[in-house]
Amino acid sequence: MRDRGMIIAGLLVFLALVTFPVWYDLAAGTTSKGPDPKLPTQEKDCVAPVEYMRTSHMDLLMTWRQDVVREGMRDYVAFDGKTYTMGLTKTCLKCHDKKEFCDRCHNYAGVTPYCWECHVDPKLAQRSKG
Amino acid sequence: MSISRRKFLGVAGAASALAIAGKTSIDALASGSSTKAGGGAAAATRWAIVIDSSKCLKKEGCKDCILACDKAHNIPRFDDPKHEVKWIWKEPYEDAFPEQQNPYDDANLKGEPFILLCNHCDKPPCVRVCPTQATWKREDGIVMMDWHRCIGCRYCMAACPYGSRSFNWFDPRPHIKDLNPDFPTRTKGVVEKCDLCEELLAQGKPPACVAACPEKAMVFGNLDDPESEVRELLRKHYTIRRKPELGTHPEIYYIV
Repeated sequence: MRDRGMIIAGLLVFLALVTFPVWYDLAAGTTSKGPDPKLPTQEKDCVAPVEYMRTSHMDLLMTWRQDVVREGMRDYVAFDGKTYTMGLTKTCLKCHDKKEFCDRCHNYAGVTPYCWECHVDPKLAQRSKG
Repeated sequence: MSISRRKFLGVAGAASALAIAGKTSIDALASGSSTKAGGGAAAATRWAIVIDSSKCLKKEGCKDCILACDKAHNIPRFDDPKHEVKWIWKEPYEDAFPEQQNPYDDANLKGEPFILLCNHCDKPPCVRVCPTQATWKREDGIVMMDWHRCIGCRYCMAACPYGSRSFNWFDPRPHIKDLNPDFPTRTKGVVEKCDLCEELLAQGKPPACVAACPEKAMVFGNLDDPESEVRELLRKHYTIRRKPELGTHPEIYYIV
């Protein structure tokens, strides 16, 4: 057992390397941070209940896209009986801020939806003009 | 496990007879259901545009319709003509109507720019060839595109005899002058073309080019309505269409 020191030191180095991401995150203080999306203030009701939107907004958007582009239907009757115009830019982004709402969760979850390759963030359009 | 020639031919014959019988009954059923579903709507609307070329040529160098379309649909402008994206554009008379001229054509027509756009054909060849059904003909006659579904194979561009379709070789965003948030841009690798402003029609507005024309040279209307302005114009004037001999039944009419 002459190599005990070497073995323990090696194990320590190994453990430190393996757990490095955990330490790094703790040091940066990002571990306990949620995506923290900024909710809109002017409207209280969304087109569907929060739980549904949280888990299935992408399905809803796919249905909207199908209805508008292929079926030519443009009105959506929400769960509470209100009628909305189906549209990502026109309806969703009227209340929600793309940067502070959509992007925050998407970045947190590590997903890159390709909606934005074509659909325009109205705030971006304003900036390009101004 | 051998089978005689006679037996094989018998079985094959019976199978094809069954297949034909099945196909006929399916066709009969399908045609019956489609008249039920689409009959009312199809009889109601068939959009078309009539362009009065003499009015169009009045204001020299006018590009109002093209600029209105650019603005409404976020159409990018590339310097290289090979990368051009166009929904509505100008072409000299002899290029627009190559088969309809004679050496003694009115000098007024020769070299004069004609306004061209997607003809929203009744029998659109682009729709036939699209492998993903990203382009299709709506019941009101608009040849629509679903850019979500376009895979950029460009079959439709090869099929279209009018050059109405453009391909996005580059990301168009940096090449759009005035970004309109109400309409999406396209992305690199998809085909695009005129959609007859179906997004404006849904709001009860006329297409952007028609609304922008200072001479009211473009008239938009419903061909299925005998009292409509377009039908009135078609009754009163002799009109030509682009390459009608191809059998695509273009629905943009030109008064010359």
